Amino acid sequence: MDNQTTYNYKVVRQFAIMTVVWGIVGMLVGVVIASQLSWPELNFGPYFHFGRLRALHTSAVIFAFGGSGLMATSFYVVQRTCNTRLFSDKLAAFVFWGWQVVILSVIVTYPLGITFNKEYAEMEWPIKILVAIVWVAYAIVFFGTIAKRKVKHIYVANWFYGAFILAVTLLHVVNSAFVPVSLWKSYSVYAGAVDAMVQWWYGHNAVGFFLTAGFLGMMYYFVPKQAGRPIYSYRLSVVHFWALIFTYMWAGPHHLHYTALPDWTQSLGMVFSLILLAPSWGGMINGIMTLSGAWHKLRTDPVLKFLITALSFYGMSTFEGPMMAIKTVNALSHYTDWTVGHVHSGALGWVAMITIGSIYYLIPRLFGREQMWSVRLIETHFWIATLGVVLYIASMWIAGVTEGLMWRAVNPDGTLTYAFIDAVKATHPYYVIRFLGGLMFLSGMVLMLYNVIRTASAGRPVDAAIPAVHAHA
Amino acid sequence: MESLYILIPLSVVLVFLIGLIFWWCMRSGQFDDLEGPAHRILQDDDSVAAAAQQIEAGKQKTTD
Repeated sequence: MDNQTTYNYKVVRQFAIMTVVWGIVGMLVGVVIASQLSWPELNFGPYFHFGRLRALHTSAVIFAFGGSGLMATSFYVVQRTCNTRLFSDKLAAFVFWGWQVVILSVIVTYPLGITFNKEYAEMEWPIKILVAIVWVAYAIVFFGTIAKRKVKHIYVANWFYGAFILAVTLLHVVNSAFVPVSLWKSYSVYAGAVDAMVQWWYGHNAVGFFLTAGFLGMMYYFVPKQAGRPIYSYRLSVVHFWALIFTYMWAGPHHLHYTALPDWTQSLGMVFSLILLAPSWGGMINGIMTLSGAWHKLRTDPVLKFLITALSFYGMSTFEGPMMAIKTVNALSHYTDWTVGHVHSGALGWVAMITIGSIYYLIPRLFGREQMWSVRLIETHFWIATLGVVLYIASMWIAGVTEGLMWRAVNPDGTLTYAFIDAVKATHPYYVIRFLGGLMFLSGMVLMLYNVIRTASAGRPVDAAIPAVHAHA
Repeated sequence: MESLYILIPLSVVLVFLIGLIFWWCMRSGQFDDLEGPAHRILQDDDSVAAAAQQIEAGKQKTTD
């Protein structure tokens, strides 16, 4: 069949499958490092050590799992909502294979100790350049598709995806500025507190545009589609979008409270973090209220359960985040495991669950099946995953507050009440519970992979025909 | 804090850029209908049954 009469589902299929695969890999490394924190004997040699594997875990879950999920869904959504095939099949294929090479080189270099030493951007300069090239190709395919759209209005999900793609380009370029000294070693052009500021400008905006805006794009398409109802308020979704992108850029300094960063910059970061609560909750309410009048669907549809639970966690962590950015709260929470719990409430609860729900929506459509091979297995996956997240964040809340209180406790004579090791001992049981929570979440992903394989092997890859544009377009 | 000399102007430029895009949106009618688009994505039937029908219809057209 002629290319231009069908959608390009091939690249969506490839990314969708790899989302599940990389999810398992990234979360497996997460479970490994969680067990290393509980049982330090498990730190073997230089290659299999927490310090190196931790960076591998964050990059694998954010960029390999999250990135593949975003690319799969954005390519699907932009085609369906613009009523046209992707701008270029060849370039789309390049984005897929290029991104896989980036991930593989990260998996090889991090354990070898080759690192740029910047959080969430540890890849050395040759990989950084490759990331930039693949990303530009991704942007060309995405915006090229929007440019040749057959519908005048650009659906709100595409705005979120678009903002995510552009912002990540800018963040990556500014933060990665390097001076190479050899093939596998380079240094940041910034130094000291200046470097720290750039790092967290990058780091928090990566949270804002990669882990929030991108996944909100996913939410604005898959929640209404799976619920079979229009988004609660389209108007609010547009306001939400512009409010979020206008206010996001300056939340970063809250990562550097009580450091060498100037006081006013810290306060600025705190204020902007607090402002963010409004647009974040706007999106959360908009998503959840889409179900208003159709709440019964939640009882029977596990995919919808994933999507709506994701939104609940999004609401929770976007409330918790601004609270933790307040300097007085931060004085207690900073450097403790509370932060780790907060990140995972967002990463597992929001990012992973919205991705999992969206992939369950996509897989049957990409393989010509009415539904997933086993809906009951999705239900099981949902409960295992939810319980896993709850165990994870609850244990980290307790561990974090315990640490914060123990570290700041002083005797009447001004000496510290506890040695550092006392706090380590006190948190040990919670580390074990966190390990269990992570293990549960990982097992859910394995069920998902099995379900996906069964669905794919029962069906066959299809490329849907592009329907005629509706009359009013 | 030299990095602020880059980051702050960068934010200002960005805000203007975003403002420009926002202005383009208003002028080009992106905000004219803030109800219809929500329904339009639901009218686009991406179910497998619909895909099969469309392919059938496409085949018939070419053989006609």
